[in-house]
Amino acid sequence: MLIKIFAAVSLWLIPSFLLLVFLYSAASGIKIFDSFVEGAKEGFWLALRIMPYIVGIYLAIGIFRASGTMDLLAEILKPILKISGVPTEVLPLFIVKPLSGPASLGLTADLIERYGPDSFVGRLASTLYGSSDTTLYILTIYFASVGVKRARYSLPVGLMSDAAGFCAAVYICNHVFN
Amino acid sequence: MNFVFGFLIITGIIVSMLTGNVDAVTNAAISSARSAVERAASLVGIFALWLGVAKVAEDSGFLRIITRILEPFVRFLFPSIPKGHPAMGSILMNFSANLFGFGSAATPFGLKAMKELQQLNRKKEEASEAMCTFLAINVSSITFLPTTIIALRMEAGSANPMEIVGTTLFATSVSTLTAVLADYVFRIINRGRI
Repeated sequence: MLIKIFAAVSLWLIPSFLLLVFLYSAASGIKIFDSFVEGAKEGFWLALRIMPYIVGIYLAIGIFRASGTMDLLAEILKPILKISGVPTEVLPLFIVKPLSGPASLGLTADLIERYGPDSFVGRLASTLYGSSDTTLYILTIYFASVGVKRARYSLPVGLMSDAAGFCAAVYICNHVFN
Repeated sequence: MNFVFGFLIITGIIVSMLTGNVDAVTNAAISSARSAVERAASLVGIFALWLGVAKVAEDSGFLRIITRILEPFVRFLFPSIPKGHPAMGSILMNFSANLFGFGSAATPFGLKAMKELQQLNRKKEEASEAMCTFLAINVSSITFLPTTIIALRMEAGSANPMEIVGTTLFATSVSTLTAVLADYVFRIINRGRI
């Protein structure tokens, strides 16, 4: 039942939104194609402008993972996690999450596949994935796109919320699924 | 970011040298640079699509109507944005896209919001208070429906792909609440210093 509603919502949401926008805009008498192209132009340059930053972030995370440093770091942090009752399998996800969306999605898919979607690790990884966003990536790209050089207190705030989200995910999963 | 960038690359290379895994670094460097450009290239299309739609909605006045309806809900978070400023519209579009789990639409709207917030910013090289608040909420991820994960769980044959919706909602609420509170506290402390 819920799944059906969910599937219907995600299927209909974007087409309905687009229909509403274009219907209203056509009726309002503006030149919708001209407006669209003008906005699309802006999007085109915006994506090009952030490209070097994406290369930098991907390079760093790529080297960090492929060199085995991430696994090493996870190995070092394991004892601390053991005490707090967190499955160590999700640690790489916690490390990668702030940096790269695609990489953390890959890790989550990997964990779900390996341990099963209905295992504790699978459920925790699923919850963790949605609990916070790619903090460092977003801060870098967003500030770079407008030329802001001093992010002030944005980074500590973002990392605090990541940590809070991680703890909350572990707590609630232990509570609900164990 | 400079510290993080340096840390990841330098420790990565040193570890690979110590563990005899050096060729992995070369491959990773080249392949990640390539995949970054591939990713950015796919973003070109997505950004063009959503900012095109946003421009249509803006020019026709559709966005103004939506903004007027939704603005009261987020007004209290952004006291420094004048009422009816386009930045508010972009912020609302970004929040809506995030809420429903459409990350691909969230980023272009978010960058558009940053551009409009920058117009209000007096010190161009420094993040404004509104930017900090906007990003605090953004990085804490506000999600009603974690669409990507549910799809992933369905694919993996989960007996109940939706069961993580509640736990995700709890975790993301905690992280967003923390972000808003921390942002507020930092803002007050920073003002006191000037």
